[in-house]
Amino acid sequence: MPPKSKYNTTQLKKLPKTPTGVKGLDEITRGGLPKGRPTLVCGAAGCGKTLMATEFIVRGALEFGEPGVFMTFEEQAEELEMNVASLGINLPKLQKEGLVKIDHVHIDKSEIEETGEYDLDGLFIRLGYAIDSIGAKRVVLDTLENLFAGLNNQAILRTELRRLFSWLKEKGVTSLITGEKGEGTLTRQGLEEYVSDCVILLEHRVVNQISTRLMRIVKYRGSIHGTNEYPFLIDEDGISVLPITSLMLNSDVSSQRISSGLPALDKMLGGKGFFRGSSILISGTAGTGKTSLAAYFANETCKRKERCLYFAFEESPQQIIRNMKSIGIDLKAHIDKGLLEMHAARPTLNGLEMHLVSIHKHVKRFKPKTVILDPITNLITVGSVSEVKAMLIRLIDFLQTEQITVLFTALSLNTIVTEQTDEGVSSLVDAWLLVRDIESNGERNRGMYIMKSRGMKHSNQVREFVITDEGLDLVDVYLGTDGVLTGSAREAQQLLEATGQVLRKHALSRKDLEIERKRKVLEAKIASLQEEFESVQDELNKSYVEEELTKEIMAKNRRKMMQSRQTKNTGNGSKK
Amino acid sequence: MAARSKTTAKKEYKWELRLYIAGNTPKSVTALNNLKRYCEEHLKDLYQIEVIDLLIHPQLAAGDQILAVPTLVRKVPVPIRKIIGDLSNEEKVLVGLNIRPLKN
Repeated sequence: MPPKSKYNTTQLKKLPKTPTGVKGLDEITRGGLPKGRPTLVCGAAGCGKTLMATEFIVRGALEFGEPGVFMTFEEQAEELEMNVASLGINLPKLQKEGLVKIDHVHIDKSEIEETGEYDLDGLFIRLGYAIDSIGAKRVVLDTLENLFAGLNNQAILRTELRRLFSWLKEKGVTSLITGEKGEGTLTRQGLEEYVSDCVILLEHRVVNQISTRLMRIVKYRGSIHGTNEYPFLIDEDGISVLPITSLMLNSDVSSQRISSGLPALDKMLGGKGFFRGSSILISGTAGTGKTSLAAYFANETCKRKERCLYFAFEESPQQIIRNMKSIGIDLKAHIDKGLLEMHAARPTLNGLEMHLVSIHKHVKRFKPKTVILDPITNLITVGSVSEVKAMLIRLIDFLQTEQITVLFTALSLNTIVTEQTDEGVSSLVDAWLLVRDIESNGERNRGMYIMKSRGMKHSNQVREFVITDEGLDLVDVYLGTDGVLTGSAREAQQLLEATGQVLRKHALSRKDLEIERKRKVLEAKIASLQEEFESVQDELNKSYVEEELTKEIMAKNRRKMMQSRQTKNTGNGSKK
Repeated sequence: MAARSKTTAKKEYKWELRLYIAGNTPKSVTALNNLKRYCEEHLKDLYQIEVIDLLIHPQLAAGDQILAVPTLVRKVPVPIRKIIGDLSNEEKVLVGLNIRPLKN
């Protein structure tokens, strides 16, 4: 009964959450940390615990209007202020405005002697006072381990710590406690993770000399949450986490078509080019013009006044700009107009996930319509095939939900074209162009195929791909008896055909002449016959007229004779 | 309990002690009684005890870096020393306050 259960969930009171403001973390936790409850952030040294805690307080104060208390057991308030100043956070100002209160708890074992029973009410009172003085909603305790280092009586500390957690809950403040990672346990004392309602584990892992920061939510009472390890990035904007596994495959699709920049290629793709928001892979061997094709596409995007983001993993932007000038593309002009942005980074600069995070960040900031990755092959140096594939899946997925067209180039290492590219992404992409060398008659020429192009009619022909000073073009290849003809062989064939055409034309004109002559002869014959016929007709007419004439004359004569006879008869009669 | 109770009224003291407590709990009463006993015994007329109840003056907790209660702070003579707990172990308290040599 789905309708009823739906009704029920709306009636039930769900766990209220406090957004952290840390990019991505709120998505993994589906809204933030449990409101009014303690959360533990644990991890080894240098994994970003304090930074995360600071962001929690500062963003709470700035973005959500919730004042916060930062109780530090490690760093002096001044040190902390300096450390976060590099992120553009002005802690002294926030403290003056009463949004943040920093309390440094100093514990020096050499100054302290313990005798008999005690409790940590002093700390509670101090914290309580700090909370009440600014009406804090958020509390950070960084790092509790220092208490254990400064005091000897572990039994008291453990009970007091437990009391602290429940006291924080009673106070109704959302608290974030940081803890050092212990051996085999999440924290040194193995206590905090059990009394916290939410535990976030931070890790800094180095694989093949490449470091990746990872975050995992170990537990979250009363809420669903992402369970994977999510890479995160610490840069000038603080922490950004990338929840990259929202592979729901339910992104909107566009049926709008965009040009590839090459009219001849568009013609091969059903006459209109690629779909907007699709993923395109150009693979090929070295020096087949993959980057040139990518640059053409970038150029075309910028010509449409759309933004394009170009990630180069092999060449520097200056190098690409110079090289593309040679085929008549001025990328510099687009960069100056702010339509094109190029980011060059060696793949080994950071881990795969880090690349993904930084691409993510750039895309979010720049809001491009087209993203180009040139080439993805080099990423293999920092991860295994499956890792690269997983990363690209997430990248394609992300870009598709944002309706961004993405173009990858990939280097095939062997000339034998296999059905799969190295990265195994060919099944993921919507369109796959293959540029390959065709070697014959002592020269190498480039051929281009469309291996696949989802959702459109596309040419099954091999085209010769030529790079000239004027730019790129696609030329039909000749499929003769000797096979595929390209380059000079094609030109020879073209010449041959042109000669043939001239000869044929010549032959044609000769035949025309012949016909004309024949016609003239025939016409002459027809004229003489006509004359003959006319003379016969004339002859016949002549006899006919003569006959008529004689007939007339004879009749005339007879009448005359008859008249003359009558006159003779009357004369004779009177005499008698 | 009174916030501050001065046990002696002399102008200058060799020993200035401050006891931080949080309410009138058995622990704080024990600590104060113990402290008074030790002082009378070893530092007669040389000391001043100031008792601060953090429930009444929570803002004072940060100044002396108080975490635990009860905490005894030796302000004078310097350096500052802190003893936490109910001060039940006399020897430890005396060592902690560095009192022993004065008695001799």
